[in-house]
Amino acid sequence: MSEDLMSKKIWIVTQHRDGKLHRMSREAIAAGQQLAQALGASAEAVILGSGIDGLAAEIAGYDLAAVHTADHAALADYTPGGYVSALAPALAAARPDFVVFPHTYQSVDYVPLLAQRVDAGLLPEVTSFENGDDGLVFTRPVLAGKMVSRVRVRGEGTVLLSVQSGAFSADSAATGSAPVAALGLGEVTADREILGVEEVAEDQVDLSKADVIVAVGRGIGGADKMAPARELAELLGAEIGASRPVIDSDWLPRDRQIGSSGQTVAPKLYIAIGISGAIQHLVGMKGSSVVVAINKDPKAPIFNVSDYGIVGDLHEVLPELNAKIRELKQAG
Amino acid sequence: MRIAVCIKQVPDTEARLRLRKDGRWVDEEDLPFVINESDEYALEEALTLAEKTGGEVVVLSLGPARVKEALRKALALGAQRAVHLQDEAFEGGDAPATARALHAALSRESFDLVLTGSQSDDNGYGATASVLAGLLGWPHAWLVMGVELEEGGASLKVVREMESGMNEIVRIATPAVIEVQAGINHPRYASLKGIMQAKRKPQEVLTAADLGLDPAVVGAAGSRLEVVSVAFPSTGAGAQMIEGDAATAARVLVEKLRNEARVL
Ligand SMILES: Cc1cc2nc3c(=O)[nH]c(=O)nc-3n(C[C@H](O)[C@H](O)[C@H](O)COP(=O)(O)OP(=O)(O)OC[C@H]3O[C@@H](n4cnc5c(N)ncnc54)[C@H](O)[C@@H]3O)c2cc1C
Ligand SMILES: Nc1ncnc2c1ncn2[C@@H]1O[C@H](COP(=O)(O)O)[C@@H](O)[C@H]1O
Repeated sequence: MSEDLMSKKIWIVTQHRDGKLHRMSREAIAAGQQLAQALGASAEAVILGSGIDGLAAEIAGYDLAAVHTADHAALADYTPGGYVSALAPALAAARPDFVVFPHTYQSVDYVPLLAQRVDAGLLPEVTSFENGDDGLVFTRPVLAGKMVSRVRVRGEGTVLLSVQSGAFSADSAATGSAPVAALGLGEVTADREILGVEEVAEDQVDLSKADVIVAVGRGIGGADKMAPARELAELLGAEIGASRPVIDSDWLPRDRQIGSSGQTVAPKLYIAIGISGAIQHLVGMKGSSVVVAINKDPKAPIFNVSDYGIVGDLHEVLPELNAKIRELKQAG
Repeated sequence: MRIAVCIKQVPDTEARLRLRKDGRWVDEEDLPFVINESDEYALEEALTLAEKTGGEVVVLSLGPARVKEALRKALALGAQRAVHLQDEAFEGGDAPATARALHAALSRESFDLVLTGSQSDDNGYGATASVLAGLLGWPHAWLVMGVELEEGGASLKVVREMESGMNEIVRIATPAVIEVQAGINHPRYASLKGIMQAKRKPQEVLTAADLGLDPAVVGAAGSRLEVVSVAFPSTGAGAQMIEGDAATAARVLVEKLRNEARVL
């Protein structure tokens, strides 16, 4: 049988923790289903872990040709060695065209290793795809979200692809009823001894309850340049938040960080000052009702998620803004 | 301890970007370049570990001639030697293709540890160093926020960032590839003495031929990914951009927040 006549196959590898599917597993299922539809392929899901019948049954409620389970004591806790040793032989045997992963801290840790092991292509952080004039073209962010790259896959063999948070809607995943079957496993070995978990910022300020957040980014320029932003926060009764570089530079404590490795917030008003708008920051604040961005770069991606934008030097805009709000308060 | 650090040179995040004529990357003419952010933290971590154990730090970078400047900076900060993978054939590689070249260079010597950044600020694959770990057959960890040597360096206690504000603490054996996350330490500044000394430190240049690498397995030729084009995301979609000088913009914003959005 020629390649063309062989049916195409998409695998979707789901993720879970503490007995619950990771939020992005459903997004990955939606993405895998859409890719399967575009290619006339079948979509099958995989789940790895120990004692995962309940989760497998949940995944089987989606429109999939099959749900494969890799159930093994050595997979109880995630380790890259465990996951790669379970998945590599299965991929080599099934030879799916694409394997879709949610782009999470866990998948980024092991998927490149898996690609190396099975000699697969690697396409991280996909935000969309289109089967058009240029063939099958995927988009992914580059240059910290300042640009979008359109890429094509060349050559033969499986491609491991991860989908960015929020790029595919979980609600669009089609439901159905899929058969569940155990994946044939070879030797599965964990390669990390897990010594424990700890909270990054103890005694943390809970920003998730704040109504108004004034968030500062690297553009603020230093710990000694924080006064106008603090004044704005005071005038508005707001909490101060920050992007990661501000925290990494010790300009503010770690419990003020917003984003994928910080807090998730959803205030009524979010004022982003000198923040470029990288995806790792956006995932932490995109639930905000009204977003204002002040940035000197008119092309800053933060403006894509903003309701109001001011292009300008924050050191000029902030004092003016504070003065206007003070006037307003005095007028009652 | 012998430690290799892979550093990439990337466009400064502050830089104004312009499209290159072919539309497939940014125009690099007059573009300011810096050491990738998380790689700077990796270098600092390597220098600290080497100081503790009396070891050597070797920096490696794959890229065009401009990369020499990044290597010189790393030497000024305290690395002993630099290796520059410079060859047209290396350019435009995806994560596996770049990892193949780095692997060939690293395999010529024996290291106890390879430190890298977690993600490049240009391609952002977050993958090159993990593929490299696979090629070396070493354990690795991505997004590392702490490294502690155990048993005289036979194993490492590694703090690894997870989502939702948690860290995982794991033990892995050495040799290992450690992919450092920004914020793990406070990178030092180069001293005048360091800058002077850097001029005399060895910088080796390696081509694909030097490494016995088939040009077809590295760079663009060895990549499964092919960039069709790059573009600016559609900016300000949905955002009302408020024009005028600072005072005007501030006044209009306050009015809008009060009367339109009703949040003031
Ligand atoms: C795994 C991982 C997890 C991460 N987790 C997080 C996270 O939880 N939270 C987070 O925020 N980031 C996180 N990051 C980092 C993220 O990728 C970005 O690097 C970061 O969000 C950028 O912060 P920034 O916008 O403040 O800085 P930059 O990207 O450097 O942007 C600074 C902005 O300030 C503007 N500016 C400069 N000067 C002025 C001025 N005078 N007036 C007005 N504007 C000015 C510039 O135009 C620019 O847009 C993570 C990265 C990784 C790889
Ligand atoms: N051209 C390169 N030269 C040296 N190191 C690199 C290169 N590309 C990637 N790396 C390393 O791999 C890490 C991850 O890069 P990436 O996979 O592009 O996100 C970087 O932080 C660097 O440490």
